[in-house]
Amino acid sequence: MFLDFFLYLKQNKLPVTITEYLTLLEALDKDVVEYDTTDFYYLSKTVFVKNEIFLDRFDVLFGQYFKDVSAIGAELFALIPEDWLKNQLDREFSDEEKAKIEALGGLEKLLDRLKELFEEQKERHQGGNKWIGTGGTSPFGNNGYNPEGIKIGNNKSGGNKSAVKIWEDREFQNYDDDLELNTRNIKMALRRLRILTREGVEDELDLEGTIQETSRNAGLLDIKMQATKKNKVKVLLLLDVGGSMDEHVELCSELFSAAKYQFKNIEHLYFHNCIYETLWKDNERRGDRISTWEVLHKYNNDWKIIIVGDASMATYELTSARGSIEHYNEESGLSWLHKMSGHFPNLVWLNPTTSGYWQYTQSIKIIRDWTENRMFPLTISGITQAMKCLKNSKVRNEN
Amino acid sequence: MSFQGTEKYVATRALQVAVNAAVSLQKPLLIKGEPGTGKTLLAYEVATALGKTLYSWNIKSTTFAQQGLYEYDAVARLRDSQLGGEDINNLEHYIKKGKLWEAFEADEQVVLLIDEIDKADIEFPNDLLYELDKMEFYCYELKRVIKAKHRPIIIITSNNEKELPDAFLRRCFFHYISFPDRETMKQIVDVHYPKLEETLISNSLSIFYGIRDVKALKKKPSTSELIDWIKLLLVGKVSGDLLEDFKTNTEVPPFIGALLKNEQDTGLYEALRNKTKRPY
Repeated sequence: MFLDFFLYLKQNKLPVTITEYLTLLEALDKDVVEYDTTDFYYLSKTVFVKNEIFLDRFDVLFGQYFKDVSAIGAELFALIPEDWLKNQLDREFSDEEKAKIEALGGLEKLLDRLKELFEEQKERHQGGNKWIGTGGTSPFGNNGYNPEGIKIGNNKSGGNKSAVKIWEDREFQNYDDDLELNTRNIKMALRRLRILTREGVEDELDLEGTIQETSRNAGLLDIKMQATKKNKVKVLLLLDVGGSMDEHVELCSELFSAAKYQFKNIEHLYFHNCIYETLWKDNERRGDRISTWEVLHKYNNDWKIIIVGDASMATYELTSARGSIEHYNEESGLSWLHKMSGHFPNLVWLNPTTSGYWQYTQSIKIIRDWTENRMFPLTISGITQAMKCLKNSKVRNEN
Repeated sequence: MSFQGTEKYVATRALQVAVNAAVSLQKPLLIKGEPGTGKTLLAYEVATALGKTLYSWNIKSTTFAQQGLYEYDAVARLRDSQLGGEDINNLEHYIKKGKLWEAFEADEQVVLLIDEIDKADIEFPNDLLYELDKMEFYCYELKRVIKAKHRPIIIITSNNEKELPDAFLRRCFFHYISFPDRETMKQIVDVHYPKLEETLISNSLSIFYGIRDVKALKKKPSTSELIDWIKLLLVGKVSGDLLEDFKTNTEVPPFIGALLKNEQDTGLYEALRNKTKRPY
């Protein structure tokens, strides 16, 4: 009877698998929870949801599904094994009350009567004395048959929220960041750029070397050690700031913090719109400048260059000398870009604007051509591609 | 045999269900949540409540999956071979058992805590897939399979520093410990300090949740910090009535350092308290 629920979750893009469905059935089979909707909700949550970002979606789907189910209440009710109800009753009632139930004709009869009532009653009902919802010795007193469903004879202890309220609370709403890029995902994508080299303290046994040296030593042990592998990739991050980049500032700062964490050897510099003869060391772009020539001399071609910018500007800012909107530049932006690409064989351009619009902006086209199709969108898959490209120069953005 | 929290540990119903499901289906339970919500403590309390021994494996950034199984000390063996040490052919001598091996070998069911799994390398969880699924592994040096005598109850905690692989998650039960609401928090405080005066509890909780409501804080105080703070209040003999004043006036409550752990946050909080005082 839960297969529909499982399929409903699956249809609504909750990543669930058959194994998990079987696990749920196994758990129910083994009586992990008592028969209670709240517990069922908790159990299915712990089985199906594996990441807090899906908790909210699960709450919504659970609510929706069991609301739908309540519409066909009677049929579903017929499916409830009687054991469930009995079990619940056993828990809920004192001996005195049980005696009264016996007086009413025993539990079996009471349950029959309950089912009968369900047939007649199609809507949620509270109060009155015929329908379910009567209270008193009837176990069906608290909530009647409503989305709380099977939870007949509601938990009297108080303090606990009713199940429906719990999933309607949607307390995990904030974690549902679905497709949004967050630093964690960026870190994962950036991790692809690893160049492992042995450097530093020799703290690992070099088995090959030891065997070789020992045999050469006529069996007298000669232990060789080697340094452990570490990620030695060197990254120079060039960020466009100001102007049209302002709307992407959050995304860029996330990328920045992820990159800072991920790479030990990382340097960053700032520019505005295009790289000209100077770059800035702080994002306010005041004071501390460094000449682009100096950058080209200081960082050798081992460094991987990641340029982040929207590449959206007037074409003359790229193509003409004195084209910069901020200052008098002797050489055109594009010629500086060519100096960069000539010096650094491994570079990528990450563009925060939607890639679908790239073809409509002339300046993006020019820069894309300059990068030789190494412009990638600033998305998880874009970053992943870009990192592959930095490792293997054959990778290009062909879209 | 089911887990319902202990005298010292308040477990929500959702957490109880998750633990019990993991115990009876013998699958690992992955616990996530804000720092200071009692993730690690859970394993200790589960062990206490169910009367089982706890094996704790604390993961660091340098930990490898293999270390949890066993480590083979080749260098020591080479050395012994040169010095003509005894038992040179007994490989077991040179195998150092890891926590997983110890837990598998135990004569009764134990609780195994794998603490902060996200600290390790990104491939770490993948390297343990088979071991956690089948509860056995192959020791190449001894040429035999080490199989769990009793499948241990495995509790894994994660702080979300790295995303865990899907294949790994599929094999676990998952529970996210959300930050306790006021009611639960009161229970937690009661558990730690049973004879606290009512006003002190309610006023300290108000101030505490007031601080947590400040959105811009870099590090929000958590349960363990609240417990520490109340302890300080008790030691400092701050009465509940005295705290009452701090709810309304502009001064910062005493021992605020226990709740706010960096100077920007303290500064921000002070500024907020003083907001009403400003002339504009």
